Amino acid sequence: MNEPVSNLQQAFESGRFVFTGEIGPPKGINVEPCLQEAKKYLKATVAAVNVTDGQTAVMRIGSIAVSKMLLDRGIEPIFQMTCRDRNRIALQMDLLSAGSLGIKNVLALTGDHVAMGDHPEAKPVFDLDSVGLLQAMVKLESGTDFGKDMKGNPNQLDGIPKFFKGCCVTPCADEVEPQIIKLEKKVEAGAQFVQTQAVYDPGAFEEFMRRIEHLKVPVMVGIVMLKNAGMAKYMNRCVPGVRVPDEFIQRLSDVAKEDRQKVSIEICGELIRKMKHCCQGAHLMTLGWDHCVPEIIKAAT
Amino acid sequence: MIITERKPFDEILETLKPYTKVLVLGCGGCATVCLTGGEKQAEELASQLRLVSGPKKLDLQVEFDSITRQCDREFAENLKQSPDNYDCVLSMACGVGVQFMSQLYPDVPFLPAMNTTFYGAGVALGVWEEYCHGCGDCVLALTDGICPVARCSKSLVNGPCGGTNDGKCEVSSDMDCGWYLIYKRLAEKGKLDQFRKIQPPKDWRKDRGAGVRRMILKEMVEEEECQA
Repeated sequence: MNEPVSNLQQAFESGRFVFTGEIGPPKGINVEPCLQEAKKYLKATVAAVNVTDGQTAVMRIGSIAVSKMLLDRGIEPIFQMTCRDRNRIALQMDLLSAGSLGIKNVLALTGDHVAMGDHPEAKPVFDLDSVGLLQAMVKLESGTDFGKDMKGNPNQLDGIPKFFKGCCVTPCADEVEPQIIKLEKKVEAGAQFVQTQAVYDPGAFEEFMRRIEHLKVPVMVGIVMLKNAGMAKYMNRCVPGVRVPDEFIQRLSDVAKEDRQKVSIEICGELIRKMKHCCQGAHLMTLGWDHCVPEIIKAAT
Repeated sequence: MIITERKPFDEILETLKPYTKVLVLGCGGCATVCLTGGEKQAEELASQLRLVSGPKKLDLQVEFDSITRQCDREFAENLKQSPDNYDCVLSMACGVGVQFMSQLYPDVPFLPAMNTTFYGAGVALGVWEEYCHGCGDCVLALTDGICPVARCSKSLVNGPCGGTNDGKCEVSSDMDCGWYLIYKRLAEKGKLDQFRKIQPPKDWRKDRGAGVRRMILKEMVEEEECQA
């Protein structure tokens, strides 16, 4: 077997249950607070940390810069890359940039539509889709790119990057088959690991995992912390493919405000305990409550 | 057809400020079919303009006319009013018509009364929806007659994104998810294998990637040259 490209890949190969965290870069250049959080709560607890790429189409500092800053602090990043803002030339350029900076894990995403964000007047790009972006990574790894030289021959790269390539899927989408077909295409295109959208229904997730058994790629179940009942209801209303059961909403509304965080940690722990037998890891999205990560991991075991 | 929508009245008035004699020119093509810029609408707009002219101190003298199509040289002959007799023409055709007519009458300013919005079809009384993007490389055979380029907000070629929600698009709950429609139709017909095949990145040169587009029917051009 080939040498693992990144610590994250190595963690999957070791067979242990893998945790990843996530940070959202700031709007501005004041990166210290999020880097400090990552250092304090994520460095020792998770295998790698996702760095979001203009999440929900809101303009922020770029994922590539923050990924490199994590790397410099001894934290392995997962560079999230969306197809929303860059054409294939820019995407491949940024992949080379990431490769040259030592960033190995790349998560290929379509990206939220610009209409969802804070610059709705912007021109959406989507030149490649997530499948095409994975193909771009494979092309670069093979020493070429999507283009051709003046004679019409494939371009040759001077120095070849190597990535551990990831993708995303929504296991609890109202219509799951098209999600599965697209996931099959992503794996065929080169995806080596999967992080899922938030899951709150272990039964549906287990069924989903049965249906993608043939894909043989490590899957990390997405765990989004429910900070309060209002947020849970909002997710039910507005986040596609996410269904928070009434039981969780009830528990969050019944508890006193000061104990709410404890309950949301418990819910995360329970969810992971119920699903860990059928997947290879959990991707923790704490939405700013990074300090809860060590306790979630404790509650999950 | 090409769908057009009339510009806000105030915007039209603003563009007419420098002029007195105005010809409102309807188009008998798509703009008539989608009930926005035909002869009837030209007549209406002309009378609206006359009505506000006094109160707004604009001193407008407005007439109207309409021809079969503003995108074809031969129909210009049917004009009852000559554009040359006016300070400007307010065209109710799509952007093609405005430009084409302005090329035929270079001395008269042709102003757009419409916004040209999309290639679409009427789906219900008074409702038109976008069906085609004019990408220059039709994939409808693969997707069984539903276009992912025009009807997916992100023009994705390999399936839905994570924003698909109960058959609707993340952009708006009033908008169908194009890939949901494609999936449903292919599944119904037992043709999901067409969805399973990876589609390579689209060649956008056929869209606008290679600049301004042009179509040449060789046989016609050659015939014309022979006759000449």
